[in-house]
Amino acid sequence: MIAKRTFLLGAAAAALLAAAPPVYAQDAVKIGLILPMTGPFASTGRQIEAAVKLYQAQNGATVAGKKVEVIVKDDTGTPDITKRLAQELVVNDKVSFLAGFGLTPLALAATQIATQGKVPEVVMAAATSTITEASPYVVRTSMTLPQVTTPVADWAAKNGVKKAMTMVADYGPGIDAEKAFTETLTKQGGTVESLRVPLRNPDFAPFLQRVADAKPDALFVFVPAGIGSIFMKQFVERGLDKSGVKLIGSGDMTDDDLLNDMGDVALGAVTSFHYSAAHPSAENKAFVDSFKKMHSMRPNFMAVAGYDGMHLIYEALKKTNGATGGDALVAAMKGMSWTSPRGPISIDPQTRDIIQNVYIRKVERMDGELYNVEFDTVPNVKDPVKAAKK
Amino acid sequence: MTATEETAMTIGLAAEPASAGHHPAPATAARVVAALKRRRRWRPLEAVFWAATLASVLLLPSKHLILNEIAILGLFALSLDLILGFAGVISLGHAAFFGVGAYCAGLVATHGITEPLAGLAAAAALTALLGWATSYLVLRGTDLTRLMVTMGIALILGELANQMAWLTGGADGLQGIMMGPVAGWFEFDLFGTTAYAYSLSVLFVLFLAARRITNSPFGLSLLSIRDNPLRAAAVGVPVNGRLVQVYTLAAAYAGVAGALLAQTTQFVSVDVLEFHRSADVMLILIIGGTGYLYGGLVGAVLFKLLQDMLAGFTPQYWHFWIGIFLIALVLVGRERMVGGVAAAVRRLARRT
Repeated sequence: MIAKRTFLLGAAAAALLAAAPPVYAQDAVKIGLILPMTGPFASTGRQIEAAVKLYQAQNGATVAGKKVEVIVKDDTGTPDITKRLAQELVVNDKVSFLAGFGLTPLALAATQIATQGKVPEVVMAAATSTITEASPYVVRTSMTLPQVTTPVADWAAKNGVKKAMTMVADYGPGIDAEKAFTETLTKQGGTVESLRVPLRNPDFAPFLQRVADAKPDALFVFVPAGIGSIFMKQFVERGLDKSGVKLIGSGDMTDDDLLNDMGDVALGAVTSFHYSAAHPSAENKAFVDSFKKMHSMRPNFMAVAGYDGMHLIYEALKKTNGATGGDALVAAMKGMSWTSPRGPISIDPQTRDIIQNVYIRKVERMDGELYNVEFDTVPNVKDPVKAAKK
Repeated sequence: MTATEETAMTIGLAAEPASAGHHPAPATAARVVAALKRRRRWRPLEAVFWAATLASVLLLPSKHLILNEIAILGLFALSLDLILGFAGVISLGHAAFFGVGAYCAGLVATHGITEPLAGLAAAAALTALLGWATSYLVLRGTDLTRLMVTMGIALILGELANQMAWLTGGADGLQGIMMGPVAGWFEFDLFGTTAYAYSLSVLFVLFLAARRITNSPFGLSLLSIRDNPLRAAAVGVPVNGRLVQVYTLAAAYAGVAGALLAQTTQFVSVDVLEFHRSADVMLILIIGGTGYLYGGLVGAVLFKLLQDMLAGFTPQYWHFWIGIFLIALVLVGRERMVGGVAAAVRRLARRT
């Protein structure tokens, strides 16, 4: 009993000690960067954090006379933790920006805080169309799934795909992708059968068996970042790579972060996406080289969205001369346009969503490594879901 | 020492004198009553614990959000302690009740009843029903089977929540929960003060109830079942009945914890039913110790603060440090670790 008593006392004392508030510099602009740094979606967090660090190393930590301080928090991919962290960052750390957000549920969990606290929420990853509608303070630098899916459906229709199957992760962006692909292809006379795979612990085997039985012209795949290699492995195990089913998808499947480790099975996969590390431009070459030098890994679309998100924050601060009111910052962000490593992009002043080129790419071997090589461009694509609503 | 003697020791009864033989001394009943009364008395350290908790509401306004999470986790761990620490029923699927409670409270709120207490009551009732129904599955078999069955139930419910997107929002989570003020008076604020005070009050009331229940003849019979179910049955304790009752009670506790999470974060995701919730709460009890009610609370405080500090310090590798801590805890032993610290403190105190 005595040990238990001292334990109780010790714990109470530890609680009081540990709870002492941290001290931060006063004249700094703080950015709360909430990312899944551990758990199944850790690769998202790793890429974005690396890109944010790179941006700060290149552009300095001071903008408009104020020091920019980034506070990284790990939400482990759990929405209620995201929400609590966002709330703590706004209330205790007095951050001027919330940024990051690896998955749709995580981004949605924080929108309420962004609205209540009048803090801009810069979404650097989550890709469901509706997120920007959940709060007037949400600005997105990643993409929406319909935005990048529609072009590959068009491409498929033009290249003789009549009967297609879709296989998507069963959550917001997956359903968005399925809808966009199906609508686009059926409009052009194709037929589509849909399969949905659970988001957590995905096992593709039973679904791939159905694909093997149905033998469609093409299989469209959407999986969240980081899951692509598991899918590829099972795709080959079922012998589907030799069955004549054309593999197409959004670029998440052939994620630059994992592509090189997938091996030759990925060769020839056609995807449409907004970013490839092989994008041929001077800006991208500089970005990829310095990213590789700093972090010894290849940047993917998450990294470029994190990089552009930081650019957006820096430019907005320059416009407001360092003033940090949420309304002024969001107003400054609207309509901003610049040349990103991925090409020309801008923030839609109506929807606060990103407008960008979408590229059609094919996996090829370049200098001994696998890359998504772009061969067609659809310029200035807006999110089609929100565009259709008007 | 036999198991029954152990039980007797825990509640503070002296061992029967050997001469009593088969016939229990007539004073036994009176001695048990006296022992229970002694156990019910409040010890100074308990008062210190709750005073510190109350002080945290007033003194740590910037920490209310994480404290709210700790209070909820503490209640959840208390619920597992009721079955594990007092009845010896091991469960790796306790998140089933936590999650159902959370969804229930969330759905009650999205369907127009925004009074938090009503949501709590609904969640408690539903999870008690679920606990009662599943208890019959759990009672069959021994520890290993129980691990499997409880885990299975949680997995099934998790998948159901994922598939029934029309009801639960699926993997995107249940959106649009707007809670009314607590008891028609206290609005939930951005700082989490109302949330923390609300969760803490619920925790305290349920803790009092648990304390009263475990220090009653009912609680004693649970302890005897935990220590030796065969012997308990032989002396006339209705083993299965008691287990069903305590399992139902624990389920309701977990449901209330889940409901608190849903109401104070105004958001529910499939995550509430996931395996890691059940595992975390088990870890918390391992850290804090079982069978004395405070284990879950103290464990929750340590676990969350440790996690928050380490994750703030190294967002990528905090799992590593938590792992080291747990290994050290198990190898060195909690009592010895705490004892060592206490001895050091005493030495220091003597010197000054």
